[in-house]
Amino acid sequence: MKNRSLVSIDDFSTKEIINILDLAEEFEKQPVRKLLEGKVIATLFFEPSTRTRLSFESAINRLGGKIVGFSDSSSSSVSKGETLHDTIKMVSSYSDLIVIRHPVEGSARFASEISTVPVINAGDGANQHPTQTMLDLYSIRKTQGTLNNLNIFMVGDLKYGRTVHSLMMAMSRWNATFNFIAPEELKMPDEFKLYLDNLGLKYYEHSDFTDIISKADIIYMTRVQKERFSDPMEYEKVKNVYVLRNSMLKNTKSNMRILHPLPRVNEIHTDVDANPKAYYFEQALNGVFTRQAILCTLLGIK
Amino acid sequence: MKEAKQMVVSAIQNGTVIDHIPAKNLFKVIQILGLDRIDSQITFGTNLESKKLGKKAIIKISGKFFADADINRIALVAPDAKLNIIKDYEVVEKKVVEVPDNIVGIAKCVNPKCITNFEQVTTRFKVVSKKNVALKCHYCEKITNQENMQII
Repeated sequence: MKNRSLVSIDDFSTKEIINILDLAEEFEKQPVRKLLEGKVIATLFFEPSTRTRLSFESAINRLGGKIVGFSDSSSSSVSKGETLHDTIKMVSSYSDLIVIRHPVEGSARFASEISTVPVINAGDGANQHPTQTMLDLYSIRKTQGTLNNLNIFMVGDLKYGRTVHSLMMAMSRWNATFNFIAPEELKMPDEFKLYLDNLGLKYYEHSDFTDIISKADIIYMTRVQKERFSDPMEYEKVKNVYVLRNSMLKNTKSNMRILHPLPRVNEIHTDVDANPKAYYFEQALNGVFTRQAILCTLLGIK
Repeated sequence: MKEAKQMVVSAIQNGTVIDHIPAKNLFKVIQILGLDRIDSQITFGTNLESKKLGKKAIIKISGKFFADADINRIALVAPDAKLNIIKDYEVVEKKVVEVPDNIVGIAKCVNPKCITNFEQVTTRFKVVSKKNVALKCHYCEKITNQENMQII
């Protein structure tokens, strides 16, 4: 896979994904290794994203690589009107790999076609965020011991949430069953349900939390944002319906874990944090190991 | 009075006739096929009566024959177009256009937040439905449907 880019999770075969997850496991056992010594990694954040950037930079630092880049486009030549094309052309001659976060959709694919070095998409608008999906897969496999035949519950904003769409598409490779819990305005779009229909995978839609969560292996929570609603009254009606509380977890399976891409606002009550089924903070840490694995794989080091 | 069978656009000896082009898309067809940049003799008629299309256009290109892949590029703007290949004033072959699997540089992505609408990028689409044409953008991965399709 040397010199390939990671723009969309669909760019990788199932076997390639598994190889990255296996490698991430090695990094979890021994995260500090000088595998990127002498390498320069460019982190181009055209929009701020503290969590993703720090996770990448932590991964690079632990591997002994050096970082060039910017964390916000106002401090780059973009503010002088430089095109993405020219920025990438220039940066690809300065670095061994480019990590890009950009608000415009498709920008990472475009960058990968211009760049002479591998490109990792760290989020292109509402489109793709494959390293998030990879760390979600890692977290699921680690907590469940397998990716096969799991019952995945997705809760909250299923219409605009790119993380749930990518994770759903990825998990469909391992015969998952899906339960979608969302308000009417933020339901899973038809194109994704059609995708599951074509694969013959089962999914169920619910408008609120019910006893059915006792069947869940994974509950994947997302934030319901006020600005997604055309009618503010609708938001007021549903805002407390999609809040997970500790008392609701009583009858859930012992292997069940709660994931969340973070940042959380109020959709997971803080009383859940102490429950051993809460996994979202460990999930964030797993992001460092999976990003280490992705960096080394694309550079052909491991 | 006996109606003489007269051709509105005169016949060609050798070449290609493209018929049943929607009149409003005549110049798009010319542009897509690059007919404005070739040396062949070209005659065309437009706003001709057509039972099927209302108003149609026809193009006759002398001494020019197209590969299927080239001609299929007009499928987005002239899905019902019919081709007659002419040799010695006779129709030797008839062809219909077929929507290709990939579209490069003809349509505009409907997504206003797509990179192709921000920078000089040639649009590229995968055709995900041929009947009611639907295009999936190679860059932003959003779908552009027939009803919101714009030709560049």
